[in-house]
Amino acid sequence: MSTAVANLDHYVAAFEEAAGRLPGAGMPWLDAFRRQGLAAFERLGFPSTRQEEWKYTSVRAIERERFALATETCAGLVEDDLGEARMEGLEAHRFVFLNGRHAPQLSRPGKLPTGVTALPLAEALGMCPDRVEALVGRRVAVEENGFTALNAAWFTDGLFLEVEPGVELVHPVHVLHVTVGRDEPDAHHLRHLIHLGEGARAVVIEHYIALGEGVYLNNVVDELVLQPHAHLRHYKLVQEGLQGRHIAAIDTHQLGGSHYRSHNVCLGGALTRNEIRADLDAEYAECELFGLYVTDGRQHVDNHTRVDHRKPHGTSHEFYKGVLAGRSRGVFNGVVYVHPGAQKTDAQQANHNLLLSREAEIDTKPQLEIYADDVKCSHGATVGQLDEQQLFYLRSRGIPEATAAGMLTYGFAHDLVEHMGLEPVRRLIEELLVRKLPHAAELQGVG
Amino acid sequence: MASTEREVEELVRKQYEHGFETDVEEETAPPGLNEDIIRLISNKKNEPDWLLEWRLEAYRHWLTMAEPRWAKLEIDPIDFQAISYYAAPKSRKDAPKSLDEVDPKLLETYEKLGIPLHERAALAGVAVDAVFDSVSVATTFREKLAKEGIIFCSFSEAVREHPELVRAYLGSVVPYTDNFFAALNSAVFSDGSFVYIPKGVRCPMELSTYFRINARNTGQFERTLIIADEGSYVSYLEGCTAPMRDENQLHAAVVELVALKDAKIKYSTVQNWYPGDEQGRGGIYNFVTKRGDCRGDRAHISWTQVETGSAITWKYPSCILRGDESVGEFYSVAVTNNRQQADTGTKMIHIGRNTTSTIVSKGISAGRAQNAYRGLVRIGKKADGARNHTQCDSLLMGDRCGAHTFPYMEVKNPTAKVEHEATTSKIADDQLFYLRQRGITEEDAVSMIVNGFCKEVFRELPMEFAVEAQKLLSVSLEGAVG
Repeated sequence: MSTAVANLDHYVAAFEEAAGRLPGAGMPWLDAFRRQGLAAFERLGFPSTRQEEWKYTSVRAIERERFALATETCAGLVEDDLGEARMEGLEAHRFVFLNGRHAPQLSRPGKLPTGVTALPLAEALGMCPDRVEALVGRRVAVEENGFTALNAAWFTDGLFLEVEPGVELVHPVHVLHVTVGRDEPDAHHLRHLIHLGEGARAVVIEHYIALGEGVYLNNVVDELVLQPHAHLRHYKLVQEGLQGRHIAAIDTHQLGGSHYRSHNVCLGGALTRNEIRADLDAEYAECELFGLYVTDGRQHVDNHTRVDHRKPHGTSHEFYKGVLAGRSRGVFNGVVYVHPGAQKTDAQQANHNLLLSREAEIDTKPQLEIYADDVKCSHGATVGQLDEQQLFYLRSRGIPEATAAGMLTYGFAHDLVEHMGLEPVRRLIEELLVRKLPHAAELQGVG
Repeated sequence: MASTEREVEELVRKQYEHGFETDVEEETAPPGLNEDIIRLISNKKNEPDWLLEWRLEAYRHWLTMAEPRWAKLEIDPIDFQAISYYAAPKSRKDAPKSLDEVDPKLLETYEKLGIPLHERAALAGVAVDAVFDSVSVATTFREKLAKEGIIFCSFSEAVREHPELVRAYLGSVVPYTDNFFAALNSAVFSDGSFVYIPKGVRCPMELSTYFRINARNTGQFERTLIIADEGSYVSYLEGCTAPMRDENQLHAAVVELVALKDAKIKYSTVQNWYPGDEQGRGGIYNFVTKRGDCRGDRAHISWTQVETGSAITWKYPSCILRGDESVGEFYSVAVTNNRQQADTGTKMIHIGRNTTSTIVSKGISAGRAQNAYRGLVRIGKKADGARNHTQCDSLLMGDRCGAHTFPYMEVKNPTAKVEHEATTSKIADDQLFYLRQRGITEEDAVSMIVNGFCKEVFRELPMEFAVEAQKLLSVSLEGAVG
């Protein structure tokens, strides 16, 4: 416990030292916000497994480290180093961040249509601080937990995206976070702010990769606002490094008739925790949450989702699947909350898991809290293994057992890939699945 | 619709049918809880030292615990020092040998409740160990059961006459360290039922205990222990009604079931304690710890409950599936109306191989009530081939009530199959229309639909209970639809 306390002091001391150099330093509102974050962190510390929300996910490994704020910019990196993360064939406005800071030499913002502001957050703080101020802290409370508090105190960069009413951003925005491993444990506190005006449309790809080994933490907060009839597709692909830890809170405020679709794919990282929330705050808002986690080794993936139906006629569809191998552990917690008066809500949720190893574990908890009577709500969760009859069927047709298992596992996971609209993203994920899923590599041999 | 609404309101407002009090002189301990009170209870019951010691240990442990706050319940603070922990009917001292010796007032109460004590008991095939407040006053059919070697008696009697059995099993399923209310119960439990079914015996009749809470400010702390030895079978019924009153009454029972190899225990409950009035005043606080332990291979424990009463229900009848191929079942109908709150569900802990569990939970919420299902299915590392299916359905009647589902699934074995599904719905207009156009009144139509909704659970109930359960359901609910 004393190391934990000492480490808390470490962050406080480090903050005093670094505060003047953080983006936007000197702006009174931001300085106050950061101070508020630091105070909250001092009070809260890191979450413990004794808290219901963190029951199955221990962050001791994070608590034990003394993460430093990354300062190196790795200027030597060139575009080719990004490899497949560039997503072949993807026409996108690309913003690359290296260890938590914008790397202009790797970014390709391209030409943005009129009515669209897309900037690294640190720059936006210089160019349009008022608009940033309007979004920071609007959705994710500083005091929510130790991580959101730390993020408030420390955030350095991320994407700032604003789309004016009625404007459609045709090409996706690809936000690529690259961590270059260092000897010292690094922490990167990232914040993404997205505001879509009435009827605006956009696609955002939030993507995390690691180059080289190294212990690090990516601590992310996404604050999203969708005005009436706005439409956002949000891809999130986590390919953190073996020693990478990823903690994220994503909160979307949805107004009337808006549509939010999230594709959340977790493949890499020692520990990934996503807290994804959609707040359907006006009539006819709709959200779709799709998630896939494929883990092995000692990976731990925790997806917490929450959909708040506050007004009538909201629709939410949630579909999460997991494939767990090795000694890995998956956690799913999906809350659907139907507030009083949110009649005609249609909320569906499903979570299916494939447990492939004796050492793997899944803890799933779909949760409904309903305070309105004229609603259609259902949830389902399953844990199981490959269907023996299906395996037998394939084997009886001369397909070797390993290949058959690979086909079935791939088919199970592919459900969540096939309705991704963006072809290059889908192809990359398919490729990654074949590499990662047990036996899936065998598929390449099959016609 | 207007007339229906009126009928509905009428029904909702219907006074608690079983609200009457029997005037019996009582011997009551002063309110408050301390070691002296526990010694008094133990002394009054002529208990052996080991049991007193156990109570005291439980009490000391209780002092270190805090009331659980995790349930979705809003509970007024309970003053544990304001409760009297012992009450015994007068007639207790020279325990009655036959029904003739029983206080006629008591018999009258049973009469009102429809407990078949005389010939009716024989006709109904039910042996009754009636618990009036805290002490058993009459037990029937003892002889018939004794012939089979079955022990069915009050807990106090078991302590006197079968101490070795009680000592071996008491607290072995629910240790006093288990939770706040189990610790409290262990310290102050007054009485309850004890059942032992010997090897290979199939209990010839359904065993039944009726509980009644009858003294003001007297918490009831029942303790039930059922042991089914190898290859035996028993079906046990527990039902309760309580007189109307204003103050909240605390009830913290503990039920322990032990099923050895090839044994089966079927435990059915109909709970209809006073739920409080429309404003939520009064009503029973029901904090129950019920757990069954399938200790041997192929052991089978089945819980069925129909919960319509109590202001607060906090109850999670559970199964520990230790033996290979053991089976756990939980069938539940929980009805909440007005300001009632229920947080109920089950735990299925799969430890042995090829263990199976089934959970069917039907929650019905009306008025301003809150009804939550909270369940855990845990598949341990060694539970190869474990199987669970869970179904939780909620029916909402009215737009001011709530229905909630908190199912936890923890799976550590790749050969396990766990499935959970839950739905929430209301009574559909087209269903109602369909029935009404066939000349069925709305009232009856609603009743039919609700009974259909609960059918899967009702068919698990023994005959006698199934009838009572349906009646209870219509009393507590009918017309709550708008």
